[in-house]
Amino acid sequence: MEEELKMLEETVASDYKYGFVTDIDTDVIPKGLSEDVIRLISLKKNEPEWMLEWRLKAYKHWLKMEEPKWPNVKYPEINYQDVIYYAAPKKKPKVNSLDEVDPELLKTFEKLGISLGEQKRLTGVAVDVVMDSVSVATSFKEQLSEIGVIFCSISEAIQNHPDLVKKYMGSVVPMTDNYFAALNSAVFTDGSFCYIPKGVRCPMELSTYFRINTENAGQFERTLIIAEDEAYVSYLEGCTAPMRDENQLHAAVVELIAKEKAEIKYSTVQNWYPGDENGRGGIYNFVTKRGICAGNYSKISWTQVETGSSITWKYPSVILKGDNSIGEFYSVALTNNFQQADTGTKMIHLGKNTKSRIVSKGISAGRSQNSYRGLVRAGKNALNARNYSQCDSLLLGDKCGAHTFPYIESKNKTAVIEHEATTSKIGEDQLFYCEQRGIDAETAVALIVTGFAKEVMNQLPMEFAVEAQKLLAISLEGSVG
Amino acid sequence: MLLSIKNLHASIEGKQILKGINLDIQPGEVHAIMGPNGSGKSTLASVLAGREEYEVTEGSVEFDGKNMLELSPEDRSREGLFLAFQYPVEIPGVSTTNFIKTAVNEKRKYHGQEPMDAVAFLKLMKQKIELVEIDKSLLSRSINEGFSGGEKKRNEIFQMAMLEPKLAILDETDSGLDIDALRIVAKGVNKLRNSERGIIVITHYQRLLDYLQPDFVHVLVNGRIVKSGTKALALELEEKGYDFIKDEISLTAAL
Repeated sequence: MEEELKMLEETVASDYKYGFVTDIDTDVIPKGLSEDVIRLISLKKNEPEWMLEWRLKAYKHWLKMEEPKWPNVKYPEINYQDVIYYAAPKKKPKVNSLDEVDPELLKTFEKLGISLGEQKRLTGVAVDVVMDSVSVATSFKEQLSEIGVIFCSISEAIQNHPDLVKKYMGSVVPMTDNYFAALNSAVFTDGSFCYIPKGVRCPMELSTYFRINTENAGQFERTLIIAEDEAYVSYLEGCTAPMRDENQLHAAVVELIAKEKAEIKYSTVQNWYPGDENGRGGIYNFVTKRGICAGNYSKISWTQVETGSSITWKYPSVILKGDNSIGEFYSVALTNNFQQADTGTKMIHLGKNTKSRIVSKGISAGRSQNSYRGLVRAGKNALNARNYSQCDSLLLGDKCGAHTFPYIESKNKTAVIEHEATTSKIGEDQLFYCEQRGIDAETAVALIVTGFAKEVMNQLPMEFAVEAQKLLAISLEGSVG
Repeated sequence: MLLSIKNLHASIEGKQILKGINLDIQPGEVHAIMGPNGSGKSTLASVLAGREEYEVTEGSVEFDGKNMLELSPEDRSREGLFLAFQYPVEIPGVSTTNFIKTAVNEKRKYHGQEPMDAVAFLKLMKQKIELVEIDKSLLSRSINEGFSGGEKKRNEIFQMAMLEPKLAILDETDSGLDIDALRIVAKGVNKLRNSERGIIVITHYQRLLDYLQPDFVHVLVNGRIVKSGTKALALELEEKGYDFIKDEISLTAAL
């Protein structure tokens, strides 16, 4: 068994298949953060004055803040002066054409399984791709604009739809919200913007693909999705990064606004480089994601499959302001080797008859630490608020950890909040049963884990479900022992 | 020879359980292994299937011309060894169909065959469902999760039908079954008998053997096969209990 284990471990190192670096001409600004750097970023992006002022305000606030120490993760202190805050591929395509995209870049995304050529696209998915600090291409823009859907990079939105950006940016996650949100507000470089007008059901999945390429560069993207009354949109997000020995910082902010009877479904398959089997390198993924069910009968649903990053710190949340609104959080967080994840959600019930559902599946292997942290709060006007939370942990081996930190605050006597939690281990009996049927231990673990995560995987759009399932299997390779 | 066990000794946590088993099985034969509790019957099944906790300390097992003790548990299965578990294991979230499909395709891969496509697989399932009379609704449920005792055992026989093993070991498949369930399971096993397949039936009781009509019956006591015979031996055991064998042994020892 010892030998088998060793053999399996050796296969792990090569498992991150997105670890390549694209050799592309990149416009990089020097390392470090200051007001001048922020002015430079704003200048490079040709931003209006109000945007720069907003950034500077956030920066000043950030300087007064302290990095949060409460998450159940450990990492050496980050030197924020040692990060590159802007890196962009030099040849940037014009807004509506893919023809001028650097062929090297197209190749990169082909390698990642994302075709930017619209003829070769995945059926029914429009893609915006962000490399390092800029959006390099967005597909299907024209078709979408015919029905009034705006899908573009946030930089373009600042130029072309300033009123919408001004109105909504920071309305769900204020720039002062937390340390990383403030940092993002100061230095964000790109991200996606979606606007679904009243009564429109977006006919295709909207998707953004994030890629960090440049060494030492941080990625600070910002996504803003607005669904007007009775609008519907399903949005997907994927991410990868090269394998590097040093840690890289990714601090994003995502804001969702759902008006009356609107529905936003947001799915993430997070596969940033997790570091090697000794815990060297990997992405620090410090993300603030929050949606507001602003209108009555609105619905926001977060689904996430988190397998990457050396450290994950994120709590996609829903503020249930509208009466009868619904918030959902479905999560699979898998950690292996030395990965650490502290993730969960916040469901803030403000309106009457609001409902929320939390299903969290944590899988820990290797020497990793996996924490679920969730808050369910029922405000004093949240008459008949309902929450159901289920947090299950699966442990592989005896050197990893699973932790659950549920917080419940109820100020309304009619609110009903339920929480269930289980912890289990993959048993020798289960493995032997599989092996006796000709299924080797590694395949068996993937099978068992996929079964464990099924309830969440079922929430993913088809295009992502298959990829996500493979990802779970790949991320677990070498964890049997 | 399909299976040839010679002088097999095995222990768990330093405790010797099997103390020199000899057994030969030809294709098409059904062998029953009987014996009192703790005699080593289930240990023999586990050792043959390759369960890691057991250490083989002496002896050899040849399976279809191969040294079986050198093969991993999954390769033994792929070579055609099937164990119907006494206590089939639950795997939440993994449907019976998906589980069996994975097993079938792993075996095909091992033999250099393409995986079975969905259509061919469903066709095969349909055939076997009729053969062993399994309730179709079980197949879409998580394997063994919330199954009754009878459903679990029937599901084992269904898997055996799907995997078409050369040698099947039924480890106390009759335990915990009522008479109707026993009849259905036995009927399924009988349909899976053919001139190439060997079957080892491990049981305490005569009643399963009434249905299965084994070619040979062996009595395992204290880690050794102490008596072998035809099905008449099983009847004798039923009548007189294991004590008569034990008495017989001690008598022989005394002489």
